[in-house]
Amino acid sequence: MKRTALITALFGASAITVGAAWAEPVEDTLIINEETELTTWTDAPAAVEGALPEVISGWHFRGTETRAMQADDFDNPGMIFVEQAMDAWNTVEGEAGKSCASCHGDAEDSMKGVRAVYPKWNEDAGEVRTLEMQVNACRTENMKAEPLKYTGTDMTSMLALISSVSRGMPVNVATDGPVAETWQQGKELYYTRTGQLELSCANCHEDNYGRMIRADHLSQGQINGFPVYRLKNTKLNAVHARFKGCVRDTRAETFSPGSPEFVALELYVASRGNGLSVEGPSVRN
Amino acid sequence: MTMTRRSVMVMGAGAFVAFGLPMRASAAGEDAIAEFTGGADMGGEGLTLTAPEIAENGNTVPIEVDAPGAEAILVVAMGNPTPGVAEFKFGPLAGSNSASTRIRLAGTQDVVAIAKMKDGSFVKASSNVKVTIGGCGG
Amino acid sequence: MADNVKPRVKAPRKASAGETVTIKTLISHPMESGQRKDADGNTIPRSIINRFTCEFGGEMVIDVTMEPAISTNPYFEFQAVIPDAGDMKFTWYDDDGSVYEETKSIALA
Repeated sequence: MKRTALITALFGASAITVGAAWAEPVEDTLIINEETELTTWTDAPAAVEGALPEVISGWHFRGTETRAMQADDFDNPGMIFVEQAMDAWNTVEGEAGKSCASCHGDAEDSMKGVRAVYPKWNEDAGEVRTLEMQVNACRTENMKAEPLKYTGTDMTSMLALISSVSRGMPVNVATDGPVAETWQQGKELYYTRTGQLELSCANCHEDNYGRMIRADHLSQGQINGFPVYRLKNTKLNAVHARFKGCVRDTRAETFSPGSPEFVALELYVASRGNGLSVEGPSVRN
Repeated sequence: MTMTRRSVMVMGAGAFVAFGLPMRASAAGEDAIAEFTGGADMGGEGLTLTAPEIAENGNTVPIEVDAPGAEAILVVAMGNPTPGVAEFKFGPLAGSNSASTRIRLAGTQDVVAIAKMKDGSFVKASSNVKVTIGGCGG
Repeated sequence: MADNVKPRVKAPRKASAGETVTIKTLISHPMESGQRKDADGNTIPRSIINRFTCEFGGEMVIDVTMEPAISTNPYFEFQAVIPDAGDMKFTWYDDDGSVYEETKSIALA
């Protein structure tokens, strides 16, 4: 027996075992509250034609217990924040004396489908808006209230509320027309290697999804489940905060949450998940 | 599969990174158990401790204890800096002598449950939980 | 009192006399373990919910002693026998002396 093989046998055994066990996304079906079946694994949309054979929600890359936690609204700790956001939805703030509910009524009806199409073009403002930008535009322009911090708890909870009422609806962001230029910029960012490790988004999430990077099981990096309740930090995590974490892990200076670069990246990455169900707030490790 | 010395070393390191070093069981864990049992002998039948073999994150590990006929169940994480986790005392209106919760584990270690039965005897169950520590932040 | 503490309880609205029902509870709480350090290296003092009880009509269902190893946003699932219509009372006791309460009425089916 060669020395190298022996060392592998001694030290590598457990890593290999786990690697093999976890190498592939798990085949399972996500049904929320025993009634809403979500599309978590589907045909590749136009945005990833030729790059990915299928698109798979990050849910399939997580362990049994984590997947189960998302299948029931009571077990899903992200729903605590949805309830807190419902209180905020009905709370009057700002000089205009309005709450979200003053204009939008019941979030369950008025916000249905909204998450699925963001980021999207805003004709009046002449810009691509993320849902966070739209919430803050509402607050500053209509409520005359202070904007919320882009990745703060109040904003992320509000996004969880808005996402939760669209769960099960397919992500369907536009990639053409007035957003085409921003989408292209996002695509370029996705494939640009950054940092001392010289990694692009694609190096991990397109070339190596399903494999282990150290102890992490790489997913496709889909964002249909955001905001995400992470077991790691036991709170809701915003898309741009996740982008920042990923870019930082490549040992690069990151863009800021809410920056034009991350808005473009969000639009592009969202379009890579067109066809997957809105899942937010999802549960991940 | 061809392996270079370097790749083997990386994998070897990976094994430790993946599971962390097993936590050393502390005397405090044994003390907590002794306090609960008064040093009595513990049987091995009649208590089911359900815990994942591999926890994706040590911050939130779901566990369940179930011991028909138990008065109380103590849960101890032997490798945590403070090993105590919870003690469940079942009242007259308990529908079963079982409970589920989510716990923190500082690393790979044994989770131990001890049930105090109504006849005064004790039963012990133990489960090794491997805790993975991911490198990707966010 | 920790900020934004919000109890959630899942219990059936109705049960038949003598029925065993499943109860789930979750409360938003950081459960600061006393093991963590802040950016300056100072230990963040322990601040947890240390006890949880569930009673029905004044009789105990479950009484849980909680240690810092219980995760953030403590979750419990257990079973209760419902002898008759009545109120189920849930109580969480915080290290800082705060008490959080929730009550669910259960009717006979």
